[in-house]
Amino acid sequence: MSATPGTLAGSRAPFAERLAAVRGSRRRTMDRVMRTVALAAAVVCVIPLAAILLFVVIKGAAALNLDLLTKPPKALGTGGGALNAILGSLQMVALAALVAVPVGVLGGIYVSEFASRRSARAVRFGADVLAGVPSILIGIVAYTLLVLPFKQFNAAAGSVALALIMVPVIVRTTEEMLRLVPRELREAGYALGVPTWRVVLSVVLPAGRTGVLTGVMLAVARAAGETAPLLFTALGSRLVNVGEFGQPMDALPLFIYNGARQPITALNEQAWGAALLLLLFVLGVNVAVRARSWGRRAG
Amino acid sequence: MTTLAPTGRLRGRTTPRRADVVFRSGTRVFGGAVIATLGVVAAVLVVSSVPAWTRFGVDLITQTTWDPVRDVYGALPFIVGTLYASAIALLLATPIGILTAIFLSEFAPRRVAIPLSFTIELLAAIPSVVIGLWGVFVLSPFLRDTVDAWLVATLGWLPFFRGPSYGVGLGAAGVILAIMILPTIVSISREVLSSVPNSQREAMFGLGATRWEVAIKAVLPYARSGVIGAVILGLGRALGETMAVTMVIGNGQDIPVSVFDQAQTIASKIAVTFNEASGGLQTQSLVAIGLILLVMTLLLNVAARLLVSRVQQGPAQ
Amino acid sequence: MAIEIRPREDQPVVTTRPTTEPASARVPTRAPEQAAAARTTKIEARDLNLYYGSFRAVRDVTMDIPANEITAIIGPSGCGKSTFLRSLNRLHELAHGARMEGRLLIDGVDIYERSVDAVDLRRLVGMVFQRPNPFPTMSIYGNVASGLRLGGGPKPADLDEIVERCLTRAALWDEVKDHLGAPGTSLSGGQQQRLCIARALAVDPEVILMDEPASSLDPIATLRIEELMLELRGSYTIVIVTHNMQQASRVSDQTAFFSMGEDRAGYLVEMGQTTTIFTNPREQLTEDYISGRFG
Repeated sequence: MSATPGTLAGSRAPFAERLAAVRGSRRRTMDRVMRTVALAAAVVCVIPLAAILLFVVIKGAAALNLDLLTKPPKALGTGGGALNAILGSLQMVALAALVAVPVGVLGGIYVSEFASRRSARAVRFGADVLAGVPSILIGIVAYTLLVLPFKQFNAAAGSVALALIMVPVIVRTTEEMLRLVPRELREAGYALGVPTWRVVLSVVLPAGRTGVLTGVMLAVARAAGETAPLLFTALGSRLVNVGEFGQPMDALPLFIYNGARQPITALNEQAWGAALLLLLFVLGVNVAVRARSWGRRAG
Repeated sequence: MTTLAPTGRLRGRTTPRRADVVFRSGTRVFGGAVIATLGVVAAVLVVSSVPAWTRFGVDLITQTTWDPVRDVYGALPFIVGTLYASAIALLLATPIGILTAIFLSEFAPRRVAIPLSFTIELLAAIPSVVIGLWGVFVLSPFLRDTVDAWLVATLGWLPFFRGPSYGVGLGAAGVILAIMILPTIVSISREVLSSVPNSQREAMFGLGATRWEVAIKAVLPYARSGVIGAVILGLGRALGETMAVTMVIGNGQDIPVSVFDQAQTIASKIAVTFNEASGGLQTQSLVAIGLILLVMTLLLNVAARLLVSRVQQGPAQ
Repeated sequence: MAIEIRPREDQPVVTTRPTTEPASARVPTRAPEQAAAARTTKIEARDLNLYYGSFRAVRDVTMDIPANEITAIIGPSGCGKSTFLRSLNRLHELAHGARMEGRLLIDGVDIYERSVDAVDLRRLVGMVFQRPNPFPTMSIYGNVASGLRLGGGPKPADLDEIVERCLTRAALWDEVKDHLGAPGTSLSGGQQQRLCIARALAVDPEVILMDEPASSLDPIATLRIEELMLELRGSYTIVIVTHNMQQASRVSDQTAFFSMGEDRAGYLVEMGQTTTIFTNPREQLTEDYISGRFG
């Protein structure tokens, strides 16, 4: 062995010989194997997504028909559609957004524009932690505050629960997006003697508009897919409920959950159909919104 | 506050200033609302569970009988079920997730890494109930007929793999949870690994390291606390995940031993039982175990966020 | 290809070296016969072009770097001197879209030949970077041993000995011998850089590349690094990129001056004995640069 490591340049073998001597074929094999393993791991990560999409599309498409979109479930037995759930989801998510968007956006404005470093960190941290609270617990809280006192399951409580899930998402994205707005833009406003509130509302917010909208859309998509917060609040209903937020209301996730739990093939099939609808909406929003920001990051 | 005498011009701006103050404090209220909400969540869970705690005390955590007929509630099987399912999920998702993050951040060319990261993050957007639906009708039967059958045949002499498998059960729940926390582990680990300064990679390359050695001996150690943070965040998500688990875990009331046992997690027990319990000690006990879940997830989230932010600020010690 | 050892005839022979110049202090330490006879070329670049994607960062560099001497590369920033340096241990090729043309030989071995693995090459061509970059999760000892441990590493006792020797060689041993287990990042900036040098020495390279190794250090730490380089000279072929012309004149035997062409590609203006380059350069461009004229 000509190349003893660490000889510190006593007498060395010629370069070509040493080059051959340091050749680590075992290390090279290890490198190749482990890089392949890492690639395989990445493939494994994609398989569930592909499998879920595949089955939802195949089974969902088979169950998709006009009845599913236009009729409520039959009062007794099986048959009918998911109209109650579709309308319920639309209404509850809309009401939730109505509550969560102003709160989230203004909260985000506070963090990015006004808060001291410490309170900004506190709110950011609070939002992150709130986003980590299991959604079933949000359901319990909404039940305790908005169902129990009225002794009535109701859609409003469901909306509030969904809003609680949306707020931290909106706060965080709003804040991040507004911080990307260049300082010069704000200073231009201040230099003209425009008061802060107008600078924020008519300069900063419009400049960060697409970003804020991104956050709102992601939050809406998230809320539309939530089941757990609705279990003890909106409860679900076989009836079409339009506008009666004091009454139980169905939602697509609840419809899927209930359909999947029954040992009745027809209901299972309807659940797949509803899952396809839900997935189209949720993934559609996510792809549209994320593809833009990813494209920007890549470019 | 100001030492300068206000000029007429400045005095003329008092109105917008007042508007500013109103606007500023208005937004502060909403910022504060986020933190207040956390307080409300905690307060509701504490207050609503007080009767259960005073009645049962630690028994709520240590006892194994959950019996609405005798009105006695011990949640140990569900606590064990939660930890068991999460442990299976971590066991599966941690190595795969970290390897994937290494692949995305260290090995893959950008034109592969970007769409692949995007795809994996998309997995996180799929509603839990849809994954549950897939879990019940596709994954569980598949596991029962392939992996589970093989495990029972080869490792069935171990109590952890005692059959038979019905498909639904802890194992299926663990696999579903692994799928659901993979995006969390991958995307945060990838971000943390990407934030490792290039000088660290170059130092290792300069010593004659292979790409794998650079990843494993320079990049990963540097980012280790952030990667641990990513795994803990994944764990936090696994503990609190409700719908998909509820749908595939079956309905077992005993402390699970085998991965094929049917069980309940805290979240799934609440989901299944809360409405039928309406009122009384059982509801209060359910809220009490919800409080345990809240404490666990909060602690994990706080710890994870601290770890992740530490790497992004500077080198790990 | 045979290993090529040839005397350097193509360099202008410098006969006068002002005795007042600090670098002259080391002349007596060299064995006289070594100074004249054993002057061999270690690295030969032939028509070397380096690209990042479609951008050519280095154009048509042909130069010979002598063995066991210190060669300094100077030039304005952006002139491709770092890129050139990084091509010598094939670190350049790790950058996105990086590409090279031409030939680069070390002891006559074409290091870009297909049979040569960059990973192996880098064990013989060590590198010290602009900012000290010890591994923060490793101890001082672990940092020095890190290169050797890649190959499984020698026996622990041997490793102890090598670590001690390298730290001694890097003039760090006395300062750290009592806390070898402390993290590498606990040291001062200058000590960290010497630790990085010790780390590079541990795998026993033949060539050591230094990319502005003192640019982030204070003057005293810089001086120690320079002393250390002079110490290592004779055993290692050292190529140093520096923006500090005084440093180049203090430590180097040879100086290569790079400049940037109209196409923003760096190229070699001239190379020669350091004293010649700094006192009597052939090119007006060099003259301008070292006397601080530009434009």
